[in-house]
Amino acid sequence: MRYAMAVDTKKCVGCSDCVVACQTENNVPIGYCRDWIVEVTDGTYPQLEMEIRSERCNHCDNSPCVRCCPTGASHYSDGGIVLVTKDMCIGCGACIASCPYDARYPHPDGYVDKCTFCIHRVQKGQNPACVEVCPTKCLYFGDLDDPNSDVSNVLKKRKFKTLIPEAGTKPQLYFLI
Amino acid sequence: MGQSRREFLKIAGLGFGGIAVTAPLINWANGAINTDRLPAEDFISRTPTYCEICFWKCAGWVYKNEKNDIWKIIGNDDDQHCNGRLCPRGTGGVGMYYDEDRLKTPLIRKTINGKQQFVEASWDEALTVVAENLAKIRAEHGPECVALFTHGSGGKFFGDLLNAYGSNSITAPSFAQCRGPREVAFMSTFGDVIASPERTDIRDTKCLVLIGSHIGENMHNGQVQEMSDAIDKGATIITVDPRFSTAASKSKYWLPIKPATDIALLLAWTHEIIYNDWYDKKYVEKYCYGFDELKEHVKTFTPEWAYGITTIKPHIIRETAKEMANASPAVIVHPGRHVTWYGDDTQRLRAVAILNALLGSWGRRGGFYNPDRASLPSYPHPEFPKPSKTWRDAHPGLYNLALEVVANDICDSTIPSPDRACNFKGWIVNGTNLIFTLPDQRKTLQAIQNLEFMVVIDTMPMEITGYADVILPECTYLERYDYCRTDQNRQPSIALRMPATPPKYDSKPSWWMVKELSKKMGLEQYFQWNNIEELLDWQLKQVGSSLEEMQRIGVKNLPRTDDYLYSGDGEDIEFNTNTGKIELFATDLQNEGFDPMPVYTPHPEPQAGFYRLNYGRNPAHTFSRTANNPNLTDLLDENTLWVNPIVAKEWGLKPGQPVWLENQDGIISTFAIKVRITERIRHDSVYMVHGFGHTEKQLTRSYGKGISDTEMITNVMTDPIMGGTGMRGNFVTFKLENPHLTKKEVAS
Repeated sequence: MRYAMAVDTKKCVGCSDCVVACQTENNVPIGYCRDWIVEVTDGTYPQLEMEIRSERCNHCDNSPCVRCCPTGASHYSDGGIVLVTKDMCIGCGACIASCPYDARYPHPDGYVDKCTFCIHRVQKGQNPACVEVCPTKCLYFGDLDDPNSDVSNVLKKRKFKTLIPEAGTKPQLYFLI
Repeated sequence: MGQSRREFLKIAGLGFGGIAVTAPLINWANGAINTDRLPAEDFISRTPTYCEICFWKCAGWVYKNEKNDIWKIIGNDDDQHCNGRLCPRGTGGVGMYYDEDRLKTPLIRKTINGKQQFVEASWDEALTVVAENLAKIRAEHGPECVALFTHGSGGKFFGDLLNAYGSNSITAPSFAQCRGPREVAFMSTFGDVIASPERTDIRDTKCLVLIGSHIGENMHNGQVQEMSDAIDKGATIITVDPRFSTAASKSKYWLPIKPATDIALLLAWTHEIIYNDWYDKKYVEKYCYGFDELKEHVKTFTPEWAYGITTIKPHIIRETAKEMANASPAVIVHPGRHVTWYGDDTQRLRAVAILNALLGSWGRRGGFYNPDRASLPSYPHPEFPKPSKTWRDAHPGLYNLALEVVANDICDSTIPSPDRACNFKGWIVNGTNLIFTLPDQRKTLQAIQNLEFMVVIDTMPMEITGYADVILPECTYLERYDYCRTDQNRQPSIALRMPATPPKYDSKPSWWMVKELSKKMGLEQYFQWNNIEELLDWQLKQVGSSLEEMQRIGVKNLPRTDDYLYSGDGEDIEFNTNTGKIELFATDLQNEGFDPMPVYTPHPEPQAGFYRLNYGRNPAHTFSRTANNPNLTDLLDENTLWVNPIVAKEWGLKPGQPVWLENQDGIISTFAIKVRITERIRHDSVYMVHGFGHTEKQLTRSYGKGISDTEMITNVMTDPIMGGTGMRGNFVTFKLENPHLTKKEVAS
């Protein structure tokens, strides 16, 4: 089992619904977020292009954050989901520094927090909150080992890229282009 | 100099002592549904609602957490408006409930020791003041001199109250400050309106043409969803916008038009489609009136002619016209929503309607479907008194084609003038912050100064509340019942809103305020229901449902009353126009003395050093309504000023630098706005998101954040056909130093 997510940059309008839905679902305190929007504009007026991406933890196969965690709080869970065990986290911030995607933040309660792919929902057969809410349906989630999952299907049909592949982290967040 | 009668009062100085209402939960939640479909640890209960953050009114479920307080709001899967997916504002609707800056208790304006101030009052006291003042206006001027401005669901109850009282001047800025021109234009052409949610069949379209409409930044949920579906299916999107909008970035064609020249482009497209024989001949022959006149009218409006006006190259105009024709009839030249731009807006939207008629898209799959809606009968009441005069009597002969009451006309008619037969003396304002809604704030404030009485019903201390005589704190939509939603869609539907939790503080629902007011005003016979549950249950039972059923399901989709989602090919149709046909040549416009076919008129351009002020939406916000919502300010807490890099270089502007703005009338912005240097905006324009720059200090998260575009809009170009306020003819220049500092402050 290998959970992954695909983000269709052709459909994403950058509305931030994924951000709010994550915040309310996971009680992320106001002022913090586990996912976010990036807009990249290229060119000069009027020859312009723009890519919009909903970003979050890449749940890398080769996660620097897991490797560098001194207490073992950062770990791989079911299907490669990268999690932080709150009680074991000492808030040292090594993982924050090691993540090339800036996907982690220090929670005001003293531990490091990040996207969990809504594992509490996934374990019940539901999609992550961001996937479920997205008005453009630009987020696809599922098991890459299942050829019929939403994410497998869309990656078969479409061109995609990952972010900063040269970091060698083997990210599992795919961007459809 | 005497004190102004209605001094703006800051509620902040008061120190609220509102009482938190904590009703016993077990009684309260009796409508709540304990479902075991989802695991019990997820929520204690979920209650149905429809969203109040914008007019789309998506239906959803409010979930509570283990503390029995509101946790999250999730779309209702059965709802056609949202298909189970709320937008960021709907998802962030919880913030409206948790906002600690909410209005907490009734307030009455009193003069104590010569100083006006708001004094906390009991509901009985506040409602008595309202009833007494309305009685006084009725006795001295007649009930017709009271108007209701409303842009909230609770306003419907106040509408009932006003009708019972004897006035039908019920207005919403959503007509003359927003979608009015398109409704009038489509009525003139097709004998029917677009209405809301729009009847655009985007999910099945092959070609979507957006004229300044920024779907995706305006988060009109169903349309955003369907545009995404259309992208999936490979539809062609053509976006006409001087700004590289999100929609433009998703488009096959982006036409970066020179602002205020859209009619020229539309006429050139019409020319191409007619003179290349690309129009739907069978459709036009069978259904349309005035084709020959139109053909003659657009004869000289070639793409080459339009190029000189719009800056859009002729071959692009031809190619895009061909794209539309290829997709016909599954093509939508979208009518937009906020379309009050330049004062000739009805004519621009007429040009849009004409194009759709030529392409045969009206009533066709992938074009405009025929909507249907549920209708719930009114609870039985004696006939409302017939007002002896209406808002139209204030300006006889003006805006005869307006389909709804013109909000700015009510405002104008409140300022005494010898040529007016009627002046308004009292305003009831529900859920609309008129200071940010009506352009030319000077006029709005002048009108307010001439009122004898104003009561404002709102959940937040918006700017308009500072001018009220009485403020009534409404509880949020998550804490109340309202009338059911019955808006149109492909299939008729009913959606219920019920309280998920008791009202916070000493706030109340509008239905309760109106019921209590009716007792104090001697109008009880019009409100014979004892409570809202009784009223809703009676209404729902008339259509074979019940309150109990709706509490369980939230949304009920009903079968269509006809089998007519799309019109049949070549079937006989009588249109609701003077000729019974689709009027390419509009006889009602001709009868009123207006151009029966749209004409391009040049509009003023900015002087050197000035830039056209354009404004729009951000997906995280609705109007100025959400600017203080903690969840949504977390996404965007201030607007920025989009400036082209060339302009930035000329002025030496740096990213994030705060600037003040001065407009063509010498109006200087109260606050500064941060510069955003971007290629996405033309060199002759600047752009900002509407709804920021709040001046009410009690809005602690939004006070002083960014600039209010409304403050800068003092040149209002009124549409002579329907009274709409054209707001895009304002030009601003930068002030790099704080213009509000005194010389001494600058020196130090």
